[in-house]
Amino acid sequence: MKVIDATNLHYKQMNVMVYEAIQAGEKHIQLKNVLGQRFIGDGLRGEDVLIEIFGTPGNDLAAFMNGPQIKVYGNAQDGVGNTMNAGKIFIHGDAGDVLFYGMRGGEVYIKGDVGYRVGIHMKEYMDFIPKAVIGGCAGDFFGEYMAGGILILLGLTAEKGQPLAGDYLSTGMHGGRIYIRGKIDPSTLGKEAKPFELDEEDIKLIKPLLENFCKEFQYDIHDIMKAPFTKLIPVSKRPYGKHYVPGWHTLTNRKQLVPSSYEDNGYPTIRSVRDR
Amino acid sequence: MPYTYEDVIPYGEKDTSGCGLIGFIHRDGRKEDGNNIIKAIEHMRERGNGLGGGFAVYGLYESYKDHYALHMMYDNDDARKNTEVFIKSSFAIDLEEQIPTRPNKLIKNPPLFYRYFCKIPETYLQFQEPDDYVREKVIFINKHIDGAFVLSSGKNMGAFKGVGEAHDIGDFFRLDEYKAHTWIAHSRFPTNTPGWWGGAHPFTMLNYSVVHNGEISSYGINRRYLESFGYECSMRTDTEVVAYGVDLLRRRHKLPWKAVAAVFASRFWKDIDKLSPEERDLHTRLRASYGGLLFNGPFAFIIGFEGGFMAIADRGKLRPMVVGYKGDSVYVSSEESAIRLIEPSLDRVWHPRAGEPVFAFLKGYEE
Repeated sequence: MKVIDATNLHYKQMNVMVYEAIQAGEKHIQLKNVLGQRFIGDGLRGEDVLIEIFGTPGNDLAAFMNGPQIKVYGNAQDGVGNTMNAGKIFIHGDAGDVLFYGMRGGEVYIKGDVGYRVGIHMKEYMDFIPKAVIGGCAGDFFGEYMAGGILILLGLTAEKGQPLAGDYLSTGMHGGRIYIRGKIDPSTLGKEAKPFELDEEDIKLIKPLLENFCKEFQYDIHDIMKAPFTKLIPVSKRPYGKHYVPGWHTLTNRKQLVPSSYEDNGYPTIRSVRDR
Repeated sequence: MPYTYEDVIPYGEKDTSGCGLIGFIHRDGRKEDGNNIIKAIEHMRERGNGLGGGFAVYGLYESYKDHYALHMMYDNDDARKNTEVFIKSSFAIDLEEQIPTRPNKLIKNPPLFYRYFCKIPETYLQFQEPDDYVREKVIFINKHIDGAFVLSSGKNMGAFKGVGEAHDIGDFFRLDEYKAHTWIAHSRFPTNTPGWWGGAHPFTMLNYSVVHNGEISSYGINRRYLESFGYECSMRTDTEVVAYGVDLLRRRHKLPWKAVAAVFASRFWKDIDKLSPEERDLHTRLRASYGGLLFNGPFAFIIGFEGGFMAIADRGKLRPMVVGYKGDSVYVSSEESAIRLIEPSLDRVWHPRAGEPVFAFLKGYEE
């Protein structure tokens, strides 16, 4: 185990030390007295590496991370798990805004509350399914433009009657699923997703994640599963697909311009517009 | 395959800056020097870019606390002479001095800084409030006298700002030698303008000061609205409208602070519709009356005033803001780490919701 005291270290110095330790074959690194150092764990590879952070890590923790496990004993700041590929993050505290932006794989567990724009444009491809469990509440734009993956919001810190997520929940969502432990105010919901009750498949999907969450943060899984969950899934594919084609709305016979195999997806090509 | 750190994070190519804010107040009136605020803003140096930095300080001129402290910036000595003729014909000056500075290698070509502790002879004030009188003079100097700018004009407060890294500006102005109960700092540079000494944050009007992270896209509307009340914008950047807006709403129209917050980051109409009838009426009236002072675009402000500050973020929370407190000390910052640098053991720390104001008042100034 390698211990790095981050007191008064600039993030670049500290991160280079972490990289060099991992290159030298170190599997367990402890960062002590971390205070706002950015970019910790960014782009790191290696599935068997564990990094423990004591203190407050700075922005963009674990961005582009590809395998390692990170545990934060404290609050995290903005941009955790930005475009992360693989690995696990446990945060024993709150986290800030814009978490898991465009995340492509891996798992994140956060004990406390999170800020605004969490889980924007998460995506999935075959086996690469990003998963995040949040113990507290979330701000506005939770799961906005979500294209894949799993977001679970437990709201364990919510006072009675307080909404678990903010406004514009799942706006523009066109893939993935959001599970919220409680009811949703329909007026805060985006147009592109609808709430459903959980079925067997869903339980099978979220139970292992909740077990991991409970094991790390010392909760009882039965207490958490007792309350009813709501599932949000998209009810349309590519809701904005047609918004990005110049002149699309002014065309009269759109059907002819679209190859029949593309019709369902609404993929008109620029070429077909020019042909007209 | 072995890989290096530089393979993954290409340093020196990406500009990761975004304004840094921090402010704190000791509500019991306890005073401390500027070392902590300089340390904290230096801690967020990635957020700055070396083109601007500034501080608003409250409670630092106790021995002249009934005087308007005019902080002036002059391009050259001629500008100083011209301006002093005007200042001396408008105010009774009890003390004038150069603002003490310390040579700093990284601060290049600073202008001249002077301060004047002024009172207004009563005969000048037959038909005017003293504050209005000062406001007129400040706007006159900024607009009509070449090479002279008023950095601040309040009582028992002062603004120190310039081009450079914020902590270097703090060192340049010897802020470690002042003692005050409220410190507010900003790093980075004025929006949409080249960095210049007058354009750095904070922007002030009388006792009000504003530091701002973000960009006000409604600047044109706000500016025209304020012009109709006699505020002429001359700083060539967006944030000054906020300082004038606070002065208008708070000092002249006597709105409570919560209403000021509801004007600046007013609720969306769809949210107003959800409120109880009385609140709906109030918010509808505020939005209808003061639509010209609704600030659009991303912002996180710390607005300082006599006896406290207000922190508020825009309605979409497009800029970060963290609040924490420990006993009687309240801290606001862009990053939690900067707060924890000054005060490692906070009683509570949280991210305020979008458009939700956070107030910190000195004891006895609560509203």
